[in-house]
Amino acid sequence: MITTIDIALTVNNLHYKRNVEPRMLLSDFLRHELGLTGTHVGCEHGVCGACSVLFDGQPIRSCLMFAVQADGHEVLSIEGLGTIDNLHPLQESFKEAHGLQCGFCTSGFILTLIPFLEKNPDPNEQEIRQAISGNICRCTGYQHIVDAVKLAAQKMPVIKE
Amino acid sequence: MTMKYIGKRVQRNEDPRLLTGQALFVDDVDIPGMLHASFLRSDYAHARLKMVDVSAARQRPGVVAVYTAEDMGKDWKPGPPLVSPPPTVEDVLFHSRTQVPLVKDKVRFAGEPIAVVIADSRYIAEDALEDIIVDLEPLEAVWDLEKALQPGSVLVHDDLESNLAAQLVQVKGDYDRIRAEADLIIKRHFVIDRGAAAAMENRGIVADWDAKSQRLTVWDTTQAPIPIRNGLALRLGLSEHQVRVIAPFVGGGFGPKIMMFYPEEMLIPWIAVKLSRPIKWIEDRRENFYATTQERQQIHEAEMALTRDGRILGIRDDFLHDTGAYDPYGLTIPINTQCHAMGAYDIANFYSEFKVVFTNKIIATPVRGAGRPQGIYIVERLLDLAAKELGLDPLEIRKRNFIPPDKFPYEHVIIDQAFAPLIFDSGNYQSALEKAATLIGYDQFVQEEQPRLRLEGRHVGIGIVSFVETTGVGPYEGARITVEANGKVSVATGVGTQGQGHFTSFAQIVAEQLGVDVQDVHLVTGDTAEFHWGTGTFASRGAVVAGNAIHASALAVRDKILKLAGKVLGAPEEELELEGGLVRVADIPHQSISLGELASLANPLRGAVEPGTEPGLEATAYFGPKYGGAAFGTHAMILEVDPETMMVEIKRYVVVEDCGTVINPLILEGQIHGGVAMGIGNAYYEKLVYDENAQLLNASLADYLLPTATEIPRIVVAHQETPSPLNQLGTKGAGEAGTIPVPALFAQALENALPEFNLEILETPFSPNRLFELLQEKEKSR
Repeated sequence: MITTIDIALTVNNLHYKRNVEPRMLLSDFLRHELGLTGTHVGCEHGVCGACSVLFDGQPIRSCLMFAVQADGHEVLSIEGLGTIDNLHPLQESFKEAHGLQCGFCTSGFILTLIPFLEKNPDPNEQEIRQAISGNICRCTGYQHIVDAVKLAAQKMPVIKE
Repeated sequence: MTMKYIGKRVQRNEDPRLLTGQALFVDDVDIPGMLHASFLRSDYAHARLKMVDVSAARQRPGVVAVYTAEDMGKDWKPGPPLVSPPPTVEDVLFHSRTQVPLVKDKVRFAGEPIAVVIADSRYIAEDALEDIIVDLEPLEAVWDLEKALQPGSVLVHDDLESNLAAQLVQVKGDYDRIRAEADLIIKRHFVIDRGAAAAMENRGIVADWDAKSQRLTVWDTTQAPIPIRNGLALRLGLSEHQVRVIAPFVGGGFGPKIMMFYPEEMLIPWIAVKLSRPIKWIEDRRENFYATTQERQQIHEAEMALTRDGRILGIRDDFLHDTGAYDPYGLTIPINTQCHAMGAYDIANFYSEFKVVFTNKIIATPVRGAGRPQGIYIVERLLDLAAKELGLDPLEIRKRNFIPPDKFPYEHVIIDQAFAPLIFDSGNYQSALEKAATLIGYDQFVQEEQPRLRLEGRHVGIGIVSFVETTGVGPYEGARITVEANGKVSVATGVGTQGQGHFTSFAQIVAEQLGVDVQDVHLVTGDTAEFHWGTGTFASRGAVVAGNAIHASALAVRDKILKLAGKVLGAPEEELELEGGLVRVADIPHQSISLGELASLANPLRGAVEPGTEPGLEATAYFGPKYGGAAFGTHAMILEVDPETMMVEIKRYVVVEDCGTVINPLILEGQIHGGVAMGIGNAYYEKLVYDENAQLLNASLADYLLPTATEIPRIVVAHQETPSPLNQLGTKGAGEAGTIPVPALFAQALENALPEFNLEILETPFSPNRLFELLQEKEKSR
């Protein structure tokens, strides 16, 4: 008999209560239980960073956590950021600088970069490259992603004011 | 002609959906009642399958079905070949052996599927794999290309006399005669090894059979939805219109997503029909290493004959090509290698003979570059060695050998991958080289910077190599363009899209002719219900073949618009102009009609029309080039080697790219950056390591090193535009170009950085470890 566990958590500012198997990955929970398919799974062993989400404000790999570990915590996935008609400045910058091609790794990059930019509002090229060195992109060669982050850094203080 | 939309840095139409997590990828498809598949794969690379017992798996709660080869009955058939051998060449030897859906008697590579479990969830399906009992009798594995051809070698396919899968000789001029007259012969043994495409999205497929409407819908991470539909229909005994294949957003392709058919691609739809239930299979990363195709392994014995002033008289290249366990993709890769082993140079005499070898490794099919990087590696390395021998500058020896601009179209006599004569349509190779040399500061670096840094004890080196890339091959693509009553334009075409920006660059081509905003052109691609003629996205052909089909179709729609508007506005067609979604009389701007209104008029609900009238502002057109266009360019880089760690820092990287007319420079630069990044991985970080049992030893992203943002430098891209005379837009392909010259470039720059060791790099992928080993050997021999 498979045991299940009740969990309660906040995802994108909405409260959810679910009953899950203890072995269910947080990435699978977000994608298949909540239907938040903007979180993409690239490697399932914590290397590629595509499945990154914010967990209590910090970027984590949702493929390396179980859903039950998120009980009582707060998760932000890409769906909780901007919308098609109202992009977050970082999303807007990715569009302007062509910081994505196939778009599969993009949400992981963006969520990794949100707390980074909050802590480093004016990062240099090297700092940006370090910040994204845990995320793999196979399409862009990273240059336009770096450009997008620089662009976002210019835009984001305006939003804060 | 000045262009309004083509050539502009237009932001992409598809981005808002991708950026907000609203774009549909295959794993996002969710259908009520959907079941999940998981595959049992062989741990051995070569083994006899004695027995497989799935009875316990079938008993597990939540398991709906388990299939083995035996359970497939008469539906078990090897896959159809994807590409046939060249019919136009005499004496071509080709043994077609195609992949099987599930292993029946013998395992031929580690990862080959033996059974498939269908269950309520992926978790249960994977649990049930543990319940399956398999009896495999391991056999000696075939993994070494040279040993595989020796008499008495173990055979991958027992019904063949040897592991020789194919053989082809291509000849131009008379190499043997010219060899006798040469002042210098450079001859070397080159070893090139395997790498992975490693798209961030693994493969996946969802199949849904609706028994009531007798229709099959398949979502597939394929680069070629239309051939998949046609093949599935044929195999499943359905008519083509009963099968709809959708390649939605696909998370990177790079070649392996056009291997038709993968076992899973055949099986999942077959099971969906059997069970009348929707079924999803999503490959995991480990499977991606074991079950998705790879490329690049070749061993070359190559030589170049030259005069003492550095003119190439001829090249001879004999090589072995590893096709893995099967050869469904025919001779595409090794022919591409042959076609690029003369590089950008005017070479009159050429002899190239390849042998394709079966091994117990996963099937080799094209990966971004597709045989071209190997050919360029050979010719560029031989040139570098010759330059050293002759005391010539690497730039100078290249300039002495380029095909001059007035020699185009340049006929190479041999045939290309499409079995058409290899012809380079247009080019200006020397100017690309000179531009790259200027941008990287070649003379200044060599004369001032490098000597100064060397005095400081630093190991800095420069490299510069030229390349050509045959692109945009046939047969054809098509497109249908419709102006809708809301004034927006819809476009349907057949090629799949995996991040190349088709939704935008194709929209620009349409906007140029119809005078609408790029955002108002809505593209559907990769859905056979929308358009069902075409082949797919491969060989850097999207912007060339589909792009020109869209252009032709846009011209036809423009014609219809002008005809109707001329009548409605009472003005001659040549006085009309299309702009801002309106047709107006040039000198009388207020005399106009919107495209939407015109579309409604073209599709009346009542009344009579003239005989022969076609409804709507719609047209379908096709484009097939006579042969592919040859893109080209030069890459240059400056790197520094850390002699303690052998790590390399790339200080400067320059690309001069000429792919004819540029549709969208922003997108093109992205393609080049990504290509170079993959090339850097190919050159110095990524290598699939197989042991003597043909076991892949580094099948994870923790062990197979994809470059990250800290390994990839800023890349300076400059364009040069030599339009292709082969199509109206003048475009050539660009998707693979970035990757092609990088291994050759890396080798040249590394040698240049370490002059005291007199290194000869004759292999790729290279690595810090391998560099350390080579330097150690050199130290010892000194």
